[in-house]
Amino acid sequence: MELTRNPFIKNALKSRYPQLAVFIVMLVGYVFAILAGLIGTPVGSHNFSIVFVWIAWWAILILVAVPFFGRGWCAVCPIPLPGEWLQRGAVLTPPDKKPKWLNLRWPKALRNIWLQNISFLLLALFSSVLLTTPNITAIVLAAMLFAAIGLSTIFERRSFCRYLCPVGGFIGLYSQTAPIELRIKEKQVCVTCDGKPCYNGSANGYGCPWDVFPGGLTKNTYCGLCMECIRTCPHDNIAINLRPFSADLSKPSTRMDEAFKAFIMFGSAMIYAGVLLGPWGALKDAAYNVGTSAWFMYVIIFLGMIFIILPGLFSFSLSLSPNPSPAGRGVGVRVFASLATALLPLGLMFWVAFSLSFVLTNATYIFVSLSDPLGLGWNLFGTANTAWQPMLTSILAPAQTLALVGGLIWSARTAQKAAGEVKVSSIPVIIYCFIATLAMLWLLL
Amino acid sequence: MKRSELLSRILITVAVLATVGTPLFIWARTPLIHAKIAEDGGWNPDIIKVNVGEPLHLKLTSDDVVHGFAVGQMDMQSVDVLPGKVTDITLTFDRPGIYTFFCTRWCGLNHWRMRGTIEVTGASDSPIPAEPALGEVERVPMYVTLGLDIDAPHEAPVIPSSQPSASSGRKLAANLPIDRSTDYYRANSPYQVFGELSNTSMTDSQRWDVAAYLWQSNTTAESLANGQQLYAQNCAACHGENGAGDGVFADDLAAAGESSTQTMTGADNMTMQTPVDFTDPTRMLGASPALLQGKILRGGMGTGMPMWGSIFTEEQIWDLIAYLYSFQFNYQGVTQ
Repeated sequence: MELTRNPFIKNALKSRYPQLAVFIVMLVGYVFAILAGLIGTPVGSHNFSIVFVWIAWWAILILVAVPFFGRGWCAVCPIPLPGEWLQRGAVLTPPDKKPKWLNLRWPKALRNIWLQNISFLLLALFSSVLLTTPNITAIVLAAMLFAAIGLSTIFERRSFCRYLCPVGGFIGLYSQTAPIELRIKEKQVCVTCDGKPCYNGSANGYGCPWDVFPGGLTKNTYCGLCMECIRTCPHDNIAINLRPFSADLSKPSTRMDEAFKAFIMFGSAMIYAGVLLGPWGALKDAAYNVGTSAWFMYVIIFLGMIFIILPGLFSFSLSLSPNPSPAGRGVGVRVFASLATALLPLGLMFWVAFSLSFVLTNATYIFVSLSDPLGLGWNLFGTANTAWQPMLTSILAPAQTLALVGGLIWSARTAQKAAGEVKVSSIPVIIYCFIATLAMLWLLL
Repeated sequence: MKRSELLSRILITVAVLATVGTPLFIWARTPLIHAKIAEDGGWNPDIIKVNVGEPLHLKLTSDDVVHGFAVGQMDMQSVDVLPGKVTDITLTFDRPGIYTFFCTRWCGLNHWRMRGTIEVTGASDSPIPAEPALGEVERVPMYVTLGLDIDAPHEAPVIPSSQPSASSGRKLAANLPIDRSTDYYRANSPYQVFGELSNTSMTDSQRWDVAAYLWQSNTTAESLANGQQLYAQNCAACHGENGAGDGVFADDLAAAGESSTQTMTGADNMTMQTPVDFTDPTRMLGASPALLQGKILRGGMGTGMPMWGSIFTEEQIWDLIAYLYSFQFNYQGVTQ
């Protein structure tokens, strides 16, 4: 269903002002989060930066934005804005022909999401400290802002979002499951379109900041929903559509960077569930005590799990396939990467189940932090003294179970489609997902 | 430049500057006293200055765990200082001097090191002389008057075979010509009283009972209750709820011994880290109240035992000492 047929939606997306209003609110919130992390109370549970970034934002991102809006967060993310405005030399005015900065092309060898895999893992390995220490959170938020600004002055378009952002990688991957998409209406219109203003820009707007030609879009992965192409398309040929969940997954990716992203997210959810929610004090200590030998051991286990154990077992299970591929390759790169697509729905549901646990447990801190964001004794909304209390505890376990079982079924269905594409059996992947689901159920429940 | 572009730039600039500037301005004008466990710095700031008679408004916050705040030798209720929250308290000092504020929650191994001072200056309306200004402990303490070496060993060579009973001792003491004055009680150890009764026909057990009675008759139920409360709040963390030297920090103190800066000669002095066992009769029955007063007032000097002279009043110290002896003597069955 095409949402942009609705004139209200269409006009709201074509105009720059509604988006600008949201951008300003998000940017102000982001800057305030950095400030709060630096000058507010060092007690994480009462600091705006920790509570609003790692509890409120994360809850919205993983429980709402990604599953239902795909890259919806990227559409309003404030991180690239200062760099983008600097790069363009304008906030609203359409671009000049002449670039204002270096405007280099991103290096070809890095045109993949391996850097995003690395940046996510870097944060993940320090996450126990990052998620609890306001000034570390502030430094990381500021670093991302400045990295985006720096890259905007060197490279063209949104290089940070496309190739470096630690969350952009998994949002893109999981956005394939979302029931919303930006697509062209008529392919032939794009083929015959002069100048391709959606990619190159025009007097009406900028060329795709995500370096994507909308005419070739078949997946959500790298479309940031910035809406620029809706403004630049001279033929009104861009639409926002509602669609069935996981429509993109019927065309499995064969890229190893994306396949390993799936394993990174899959494994990280399991490890986090063990470290943050599990009863193992030694594991928690190892994760928290950055720089110690125990932490290095934790790093080895973390990376070993993601890069060796999980993909290794996956590969091994594929090699046991009762119906190997016609060429007899068994575990070829294409088969491996295609079938790794099946891990996306389950991986997303792993994160949903894990996030439900700590978000519902800590949600009351949002009320406290809202009234006293810097820990200065304010009570702006009368909620500063809200007692900590886990919320909706009675539905937590059923909701997590439902998410995991639903994710398993969803992944099994995806595995069947992906296996059909590369002509191998889906059974090993389904068994792999089943065992992983049991492990996650054990970790969470 | 288009008007919309200009307005957008102004709006963004103002919004960001206001977001940064307003909280910074308010933050800079809200001085907080931060509490952290002693290992991370304790109180910050740890020196506060105020004039006599002027209300001192303090905003306290904890940067880590739950702490407590109280000022020594002041009649005030301790307040909790919670992580990430702000506790407001207003104090007024009517006498000049240097007051000690301290943590009242067992926040960590070096909890007792969490102390700071409030320097109160200016003229006092009080008829009490300005120097010394605080409480009554500035009087020369009894252990000094008596010339006691509070670091010397003070073990009792003989100890009772069972817990001495003040109730039994009361009957035995009725016709004895013993000094029942407070000064006598404070200046002597139970063992010394036991020794002085050696020329009577009483058995060893009976002599200990008399000592128990003498100790009991020099305190009151109210003093014991006050002493018990002080002990529970300030001493039990190391010395244990039942006085056996097995408080929640005892093991950590022992473990920290060698590396701790509290010891002067490292491993050789590790035993100094072990909190005293008040249930040990050898040690307690050989100690006079005046000796214990010295230890409490001054502290352990190189051990983990803090000095309490700037925190407890003299009366509180005597109450505490009376309670310490209750680990040795059975006071039950005696009415005042």
